[in-house]
Amino acid sequence: MRLLRWVGLLAGLMLWQGLCSAGIVGSAMLASPAQVCAGLWELAVRGMPPEFLLHKHVLHSLLLVGTGFLGALFTGVPLGLLLGGSRSARAVLEPVFEFFRPVPPLAWIPLSVLWLGIGFKSAVFIIFLGAFFPILVNTCSGVRNVSAGCIGVAEVLGASRRDIWLKVLLPASLPSILAGVRISMGIAWMTLVAAEFTGVQQGYGLGYMIMTARDLQRLDMIMAGMAVIGLIGLAIEHCLGRIARYLLRWR
Amino acid sequence: MPTDLTLEHLCKSYPQTTGGLFPVLEDVCLHVEKGAFVTVLGGNGYGKSTLLRIISGMEQPTQGRILLNGQAVRQRLGRVGLVSQEVDLLPWRTTLDNVAFGLELRGMPQAKREHLASAYLRAFGLEKFSACYPRELSGGMRQKVAIARTLVTAPDIILMDEPFSALDYQTRTSLQCFLLQLWAKLRETIVFVTHDVEEAVFLSDYIVLLSPIPAHVVEIIPVPLARPRVRSAAATAALCRQVLEKYGSSSCVDNDEMRRAL
Repeated sequence: MRLLRWVGLLAGLMLWQGLCSAGIVGSAMLASPAQVCAGLWELAVRGMPPEFLLHKHVLHSLLLVGTGFLGALFTGVPLGLLLGGSRSARAVLEPVFEFFRPVPPLAWIPLSVLWLGIGFKSAVFIIFLGAFFPILVNTCSGVRNVSAGCIGVAEVLGASRRDIWLKVLLPASLPSILAGVRISMGIAWMTLVAAEFTGVQQGYGLGYMIMTARDLQRLDMIMAGMAVIGLIGLAIEHCLGRIARYLLRWR
Repeated sequence: MPTDLTLEHLCKSYPQTTGGLFPVLEDVCLHVEKGAFVTVLGGNGYGKSTLLRIISGMEQPTQGRILLNGQAVRQRLGRVGLVSQEVDLLPWRTTLDNVAFGLELRGMPQAKREHLASAYLRAFGLEKFSACYPRELSGGMRQKVAIARTLVTAPDIILMDEPFSALDYQTRTSLQCFLLQLWAKLRETIVFVTHDVEEAVFLSDYIVLLSPIPAHVVEIIPVPLARPRVRSAAATAALCRQVLEKYGSSSCVDNDEMRRAL
């Protein structure tokens, strides 16, 4: 089974290289895997733009995603708990959130640039918007689905409101919260490139790197950048999966 | 501390969506002495669970009072134990942490509460499972854990809401015996709700027969059988039959009526 996981990937790579080597797809349309590897190497040692090395782009993007994501986590979970636990809070806030939720984060770019200027803050805001709603919605539904039995047990044993929140509602909705967290992280990472299109003053960021490569028509570097984004996303998802499995070992 | 329980003219009604009130309990009066084992017998939808929820303090009666040791107590949460039919262990807590939950809510330090909870698990023959999560336990074990969680907090009264009805026959009968052994040792006051006549006769000192909704006490039937009781004994069977006749007359459709209807 472990081996099978690599079969599809390897077959795809071989097909890709074959198409390029046989000249079926022109080099102006698609860089071959070998070229992408070379591009990746160049990104790592020479940088794009020159002197702006790959690992700094990666770190900068991770910082952006991390900040936006943590912002969403620390606002989404408490608000979701409030929304799930209080009927009146839900009545007031739900229509507001339901109004903003369908607006794509990217549609906010003009406003966020206007408000926060071009650069880090604006990009974090866009990522935050993408990551916020899945966490909010999942936390809220998690709390609403906590069985009355669990709450009743705590009440009969003399639990205070605070105990019910911290020792029943929060742990009981953890599976749902973590599902939201994983969706959010995926969206945050996807929003990243677009967020960095808003412009980056410092000249770092994977999205910025790809845009620069586009301006120079370096197809190999564009695709290498995409591969890096894909790999990091995969790694983050893997880590979150591990964490979720540990925290939910009781299931 | 065994406590006596008095229900004075309890009434409970719920507002209906169509307007008006839907009465569930109507003038329920009952006195349970210290250390007595009482069963409340009634069919499904007779308001038995409502009655227990009210005694436990999760709900307040529309009218009437609940007295513990002769004193009206409004705030009963944390003083009255409740073991319910559905298994309601907290699934993210281990067996030990589930048993210690009530003590934790009372602010008992960790070492002390775990020591106490472990002692209960040992007495219940569950010490091997103390690090297990509820999903790893059988239905019977979970119900034992729920009983331990209730007992460890030393409640004034123990309420049991059809605790064994979801279990298979063998597990149910063995847990009934287990409960009787516990009670013989602890002499706690137990109010045990069931719809099973045989269970009521086997377990209790007397049986409180409820009417259909709106429920009131129809009759209090003493169970004068010596303990330990034998399920198959003639006297037990005779009493079961006798209770069943009374119980049936308040819940079954009349035979003649049914014949006419069909």
